[in-house]
Amino acid sequence: MSVASSRRAVVTLPTDTQIQITREFDAPRHLVYRAWTEPELIRRWWSAERGDVTSIDVDLRVGGRWRYVMTAHGGFEVAFHGEYREIVPDERLVHTEVYEGAPDAPAVTSVTFSEQDGRTLVTMLVQHTSQEHRDMHLNSGMEDGLQDALRLLEEVAAGLE
Amino acid sequence: MARAATTADAFNAVAEPRRRQILDVLHGGERPVNDLVVLLGLAQPQVSKHLRVLREVGLVEVRDEGRQRMYRLNGHPLKQIHDWVQGYEQTWTERFGRLDAVLAELSDEEDGNDVSGK
Repeated sequence: MSVASSRRAVVTLPTDTQIQITREFDAPRHLVYRAWTEPELIRRWWSAERGDVTSIDVDLRVGGRWRYVMTAHGGFEVAFHGEYREIVPDERLVHTEVYEGAPDAPAVTSVTFSEQDGRTLVTMLVQHTSQEHRDMHLNSGMEDGLQDALRLLEEVAAGLE
Repeated sequence: MARAATTADAFNAVAEPRRRQILDVLHGGERPVNDLVVLLGLAQPQVSKHLRVLREVGLVEVRDEGRQRMYRLNGHPLKQIHDWVQGYEQTWTERFGRLDAVLAELSDEEDGNDVSGK
């Protein structure tokens, strides 16, 4: 296991309706962009350690659709789909994103790839239409009702070690 | 305490909206029970019942001040929930760890190293 693989994704909540994820990669951005957009490469990382990817469809053009499906270790299927809104190769992708378990809560995700000294900073900004949907996304799998506690939790937990 | 199984952890304690309201109020500072009754618009027995659940899981602490009982928030039990919320971050950390491996391979290919035999 390399040092790099232990680096954490940094998740912040810039506003009540957004989630931002950032992470730096030790590779030039054209390679990060390839790994982000080519199905055979996406297949190798997107499931995390949570399951096995069963299907990756990418129609990489504005208005084109994407769909990722994995079978989680619990045996259930988890699927996401959306549509590409903006494509600037190696620089920026904007797409809609729907978790098929909660199809009424679509989000718009903007991914920016910025390179410095051969390293690439990836910034993903997930814009939801409401705080409820944002919290649902963040806490997917969380019990009903707990979502409301998020802000309080954050404030309080920020004061803990 | 016998029915503690349903309420004995912070997750269950904060799953109830009224109890979250109480925590919100106490997050602003220590309060006597009467303040909570007024602010929440609930009868005192109900407020007391919720406070008892919150005390059982350690989210609320109480001290006597003269004839009043003062309640205050103790955030530490919330940390386990906070840590759980970090699951989202953990998923992305795992994804990116795998992505690092993919990128290392792509970089090797680009440098002209033959990785096909691996």
